[in-house]
Amino acid sequence: MATKILTEHVNVPGIETFDVYRKQGGYTALEKALKTMTPEAVVEEVKKAGVRGRGGAGFPMGMKWSFLAKPEGVPRYLVCNADESEPGTFKDHYLMKNLPHLLIEGMIISSFALGANKSFIYVRGELMYVIRILEKAIAEAKAKGFLGKNILGSGYDLELVVQPGGGAYICGEETALLESLEGKRGNPRNKPPFPAVKGLYQCPTVVNNVESIATTPWIMNNGGDAYAAIGIGRSTGTKLISASGHINKPGVYEIELGVPVEDFLYADEWCGGIRPGHKFKALVAGGSSVPILPANLALKLENGDKRLMTYESLSEGGFKTGTMLGSGGFIVFDETSCIVRNTWNFSRFYHHESCGQCSPCREGTGWMEKVLHRIEYGHGHQRDVDLLVDVASKIEGNTICPLGDAAAWPVASAIRHFRDEFLWHITNPQEATQPGAVYRGEMALV
Amino acid sequence: MNMITEATKPTIQFTPERLERAKQSIADYPEGKQKSALLPLLHILQEQEGWTSPEGMDYVASLLDIEPIEVYEVASFYTMYHLNPVGKHVIEYCRTGPCCLMGGEEVYAHLKQRLGIDTGQTTVDGQFTIKEVECLAACGMGPVFQIREQYYMHLTNDRVDEIIDELSK
Repeated sequence: MATKILTEHVNVPGIETFDVYRKQGGYTALEKALKTMTPEAVVEEVKKAGVRGRGGAGFPMGMKWSFLAKPEGVPRYLVCNADESEPGTFKDHYLMKNLPHLLIEGMIISSFALGANKSFIYVRGELMYVIRILEKAIAEAKAKGFLGKNILGSGYDLELVVQPGGGAYICGEETALLESLEGKRGNPRNKPPFPAVKGLYQCPTVVNNVESIATTPWIMNNGGDAYAAIGIGRSTGTKLISASGHINKPGVYEIELGVPVEDFLYADEWCGGIRPGHKFKALVAGGSSVPILPANLALKLENGDKRLMTYESLSEGGFKTGTMLGSGGFIVFDETSCIVRNTWNFSRFYHHESCGQCSPCREGTGWMEKVLHRIEYGHGHQRDVDLLVDVASKIEGNTICPLGDAAAWPVASAIRHFRDEFLWHITNPQEATQPGAVYRGEMALV
Repeated sequence: MNMITEATKPTIQFTPERLERAKQSIADYPEGKQKSALLPLLHILQEQEGWTSPEGMDYVASLLDIEPIEVYEVASFYTMYHLNPVGKHVIEYCRTGPCCLMGGEEVYAHLKQRLGIDTGQTTVDGQFTIKEVECLAACGMGPVFQIREQYYMHLTNDRVDEIIDELSK
């Protein structure tokens, strides 16, 4: 039986309440940390665990914590990034809705480790009903003495505040999130200074994803080494995967990192295979921003070995034949999917969500959307395919924040792997614009 | 506080319960950082008025002791705030890739046909407004739309009809 670090008790009735969560062993990790460990010891365990940022960047969480500046007399903040907006990703939504106390326990442990006395959970505003669940859980924890002044007699104080966003993908970028938390437009900041030095209110700040923070109770209970023993190499522990698209069992699954992509896609335990009567065409493995792969490259590396659900294996082959684990938004496409239409759809998303600060992103996302739109609607030119590659390459790496890269990669990768499908749209506009028309040319379906 | 003259005196106010929530929200942030409560207060405003009206935004500015422009520039950045009056029920459907893979485009076309309006429009009786939004973080349950705080998932044409019938009662 695979280890469940986050979701072991997710199906226990009433687990969203304090009493049931407590009965299932909840808040024992917090007691252990506050009563028997120093903040430094907590940081050490998280470092040993090797947890990597689960929001998508994959940066080691313990290392991020250790960068936090600690000037005398200046408050430090922990901010939980719950602005989950990456298309294909809905695991934090699932986690917060079902296991609010797990996140709260993790927030208290993490805040203690960082020496923060006020911490924030920034939740995308659309999830107002989840915000109400979290606020109720916070009130329960506070009533039981697990939040507020002198928690469990340890002398440690913590206030936890839930802040709703206003609807903006860009606020998932940590410095845009901090701007938003200060009541401003979500424009990402220039770095350096990094939030670890100058973050919220210009004070040292750590921003971590929901899922990352939720690993800390298990790590306190079982130790960093036990966490690191799960998974493969530098991909330690478990990961929540949000599975969507043309599969039999869409949903959120907690896997031990290292499961073969093929097993995750076909096993009944997880996605349960492609929907009946259809074939596997393409995969976006880690949220809309990561490169799309054709079926054959999604399942196998160039050398024929199975591709695994790890940070390393998914990126094996670079962008030529690989992709990224990202946020774990696993979007599956069968042969009825039009790659051109989907790429246009994703481009529209990035154009809509660009904050407009950097010209390559502001202008480039708009042009990519326009050119893709004209290809999709039968007005494309032969030169458009290379034009798209050119525009994408001029956005990538030339912006303050990673939204530019995130907009460029889906376009560049779709053309890299499905160029013939784009050309078919351009050379057969009448056929391609029929309702439900899909490219049926040569490609590797599985 | 801003200088409040007869000319700039807010023409709307929060209900006592909402004003209490607004004050609690302001108290959540360190002293002098009350502007942090701007997004929460705009949500409270919209909950009360249905949209973030200019008068309402001026009122929020007065509560936070900031300039009205600081409110306008923020409200216009985020997609959730309605800068124009909307219908009683605002249907915000997800137009992003995963929902479209699950047949979203057909379902949303049916929704528009059923209500006789396009995206961004309000029915003549003022009951429904349709807006299209980007990913709502419910991709495995698509197609999805949201009406106020409620998510409606696994949408089909029949399900859309049921929901509209229910809300029209």
